[in-house]
Amino acid sequence: MSLWFWIIAALVAIAALARVGLWAARKLSGNAPRFRDMSYGVAFGYALALAAIAAGVWLWMKPGAVYFRWAVMGFAICAVAAYLFRLMGRHVGPESLKRQFRKMPLTAAFGILVIILYAVVAIFAGWIAPHGQEAVLGAANIVPGGDPAMGGDPAFPLGTDRIGRDILSRLIYGAQNTVGLAFATTLLAFFLGGALGLLAAVVGGWLDQVLSRGVDVLMAIPSLIFALLLLTIASVWAEGARGLMTLYMVLIIAVIDSTRVFRLARAVGIGIVVMDYVEAAKLRGEGMGHLVFREILPNAMAPLLAEFGLRFCFVFLTIASLSFLGVGIQPPLADWGTMVRDLAQFINFAAFAPMVALAPLLPALSIAVLTVGVNFVVDWMLHRSSGLKS
Amino acid sequence: MTPLLEIRDLWIEGRSDEDWHPIINGVDLTLGRGEVLGLIGESGAGKSTLGLAAMGYVRDGVRISGGSVRFDGLDLIHASTEEKRSLLGRRIAYVAQSAAASFNPAHKLIDQHVEAPVRHGVQDRGESVEDAIELYHKLRLPNPEEIGFRYPHQVSGGQLQRAMTAMAMSCRPDLIIFDEPTTALDVTTQIEVLAAIRDIVDQFGTSAIYITHDLAVVAQMADRIKVLLRGDEVETATTRAMLEHPREEYTKSLWAVRGFERPEKPAPGPDSVPILSVDGVTAAYGEQVVLEEVSFDIHPGRTVAVVGESGSGKSTTARVITGLLPPRGGAVRFEGAPLPPGYRQRSKDQLRQIQMIYQMADTALNPRQSIAQIIGRPVRFYSGLRGRRLRARVDELLEQIELDPAIFRDRLPGELSGGQKQRVGIARALAAEPRLIICDEVTSALDQLVAEGILRLLARLQDELGLSYMFITHDLATVKAIADEVVVMKEGRVIEQGPKTAMFTPPHHPYTDLLLSSVPEMDPDWLDRLLAERGVEALGEQAADKM
Repeated sequence: MSLWFWIIAALVAIAALARVGLWAARKLSGNAPRFRDMSYGVAFGYALALAAIAAGVWLWMKPGAVYFRWAVMGFAICAVAAYLFRLMGRHVGPESLKRQFRKMPLTAAFGILVIILYAVVAIFAGWIAPHGQEAVLGAANIVPGGDPAMGGDPAFPLGTDRIGRDILSRLIYGAQNTVGLAFATTLLAFFLGGALGLLAAVVGGWLDQVLSRGVDVLMAIPSLIFALLLLTIASVWAEGARGLMTLYMVLIIAVIDSTRVFRLARAVGIGIVVMDYVEAAKLRGEGMGHLVFREILPNAMAPLLAEFGLRFCFVFLTIASLSFLGVGIQPPLADWGTMVRDLAQFINFAAFAPMVALAPLLPALSIAVLTVGVNFVVDWMLHRSSGLKS
Repeated sequence: MTPLLEIRDLWIEGRSDEDWHPIINGVDLTLGRGEVLGLIGESGAGKSTLGLAAMGYVRDGVRISGGSVRFDGLDLIHASTEEKRSLLGRRIAYVAQSAAASFNPAHKLIDQHVEAPVRHGVQDRGESVEDAIELYHKLRLPNPEEIGFRYPHQVSGGQLQRAMTAMAMSCRPDLIIFDEPTTALDVTTQIEVLAAIRDIVDQFGTSAIYITHDLAVVAQMADRIKVLLRGDEVETATTRAMLEHPREEYTKSLWAVRGFERPEKPAPGPDSVPILSVDGVTAAYGEQVVLEEVSFDIHPGRTVAVVGESGSGKSTTARVITGLLPPRGGAVRFEGAPLPPGYRQRSKDQLRQIQMIYQMADTALNPRQSIAQIIGRPVRFYSGLRGRRLRARVDELLEQIELDPAIFRDRLPGELSGGQKQRVGIARALAAEPRLIICDEVTSALDQLVAEGILRLLARLQDELGLSYMFITHDLATVKAIADEVVVMKEGRVIEQGPKTAMFTPPHHPYTDLLLSSVPEMDPDWLDRLLAERGVEALGEQAADKM
């Protein structure tokens, strides 16, 4: 009851602040157009933002809010890193690249930076990681932070898990396993869904009907449960062979995700097929290959690339979820989803030992940062492609 | 008395990439009460931007960088949003080019009509609905009692344009801005809309700015005309003075465009084999029959113009000829030999002989291919040329269409102007070395000067290469300029056909007569005369009342 009272009281205070602030701004600025034409809704938004900042400062001051302070600091570090990265891009490299960087919003620069970092880590995991991903190194449950007073060990800056494997090394190898597999899966899904979707758009008729209804059937089943079901069946066929199991997982997720790509490719393709230049190519007597790959695909590229980014995130999350559930990437291979599951019980320590609870949060954070980064880049690409049209 | 609208030294800039470039350079404009001002110019001249600025409004990415706009004494550029809101819709109204795209398809016409009067508190809903019906009467809309209760898609284009005019009139504004209100309409519909607009503007003594690129239209509507060229004013004069004695060279060139006319070629001999004959073709989309027993011949080296309103089956005929729509009955013969009905069954050589040029050059050229790729592909596809010889052929084609190969070879279509794009479309058709080219409304999306250039180019290519053209158009001025023979179509049938000179001299078929008489002439009295001849009763009386 009192919670409701506080929420309503705060809203009323913000509303009053907006009213008073707007009136004062108009008076003080001598009715400048900026404030004169500002509606009350906009003023309320500003007041709300002010209140949020005040709440943030208050929370920062509170001694217990360790994670909040880390989050704010992390955010600031990311913003500065992205800014520096963009600054570098604007002054280094070929002219065409510089021009891209000049128009780039900060979010996109952050996304690109994240993707580059992850790619480097994934490709050179073997050189970067201090220990092997499967190596059991003795002491178990070392706390992250590397501070002996807190139960850490400088040799393992992010600590070790329950059977004494180095978390930092497993995180680095996890990038290779999780991101690499997700990339391969998405590529496969795109090849399958994109080709069939464009084909359905060009040919139309019964082929389009058969493919589209087939896709409808696959899409009607909840994808994670469907994947679980198929993986369970596949695990019987694989008879415990780890490599084979991973291959099956890639194929199953690729097929399920290709349905979404199919839908998009078909929708975009249908919009392009009716263009006069496609008609001109048809009347010239061009074959299917030329129509799809020369006339249609280049014009469908922008939305497909954007979808590639989004799809990559979803595939990546699916693999992590399946691994969390125990049917994805099989131990002892390091994988972020599996790591979250293995370290999950430490989250209970969050209230009194923030450092201990960090262990399961690190792989989760790795997933989150990559997802956010990829989405930033996708947003930017979508914006650019829509801007080109107008 | 102060003028209703006074624009002084107005500068407007638009943003592209990082830079601001000028759109309007210091234009003055004065509009008296009850006066109609015509704004003309090519596309890109800044007509629409100036028209919108008269409402104190600029589009996104555009800003007013100097000057003043005063409406009835109020400075619109510095007015607050509240002040502008109380004017727009009530005292200043806007009629857009495409009513079909400007009405919200989810609401009935009447609901959109009453919005302005109800919001501005001029009338309540009931009064406004009654008033709307009265306005529909005045604008001579069919079935005025009920038409407002339909959705936009249930009403034809010309009727929508009139409904939009009624909507602009709903608060009896002092000023209406008409932005090319009849450009998208057929000539026969255009007449009705023009008459209705002029009539209602006269009746209520409304001031108006009438934006168009069609001189003959503006001559009917405006008291004064202002000519714009790339954001600069060329000249302003009363309509009659401007028509009779244009001062500036640019204005004269605009006037002279309609002068291009090619003499008709002598009729083909009795044993000339037509290059293409359409023989009793009947075609249908599903159940709906769109072509019935269409027959005509095209003889080598001649131009046959197919004319008619939208929906008359002109473009469908082209689709049957190219094989995109196999006919239900009848046949298409090429040099006497029947062509297979569908394009998939035709041989490469049969496809090569007939090429098309499209209306919208924007959608006809692949935006991701360079000009050299677009033109080079058919050359390579049909003749197998490669490497240096392919490049030489592409350059030769570009020179034929009067574009400098060194400049244009590697450009993308997006970097070309409308006229240049249309030329590339022509080059792509020529690349196949065809015998017959079907031109589907190739000039209707272009400015008059540019369109004339395209027509001259097509005429020259015909003389040089001995091509035959099938020219689909709704514009009779184009027909006059380029055709040897004319085929008039209506509702999927051929109404009349014959040599051009015969078609343009009476007696005509009644429908041909209607089409011909509906083409606006460069004479301010033309609309009055025409309406008097057609005996539009109400209008004549009202005009007499005003005298």
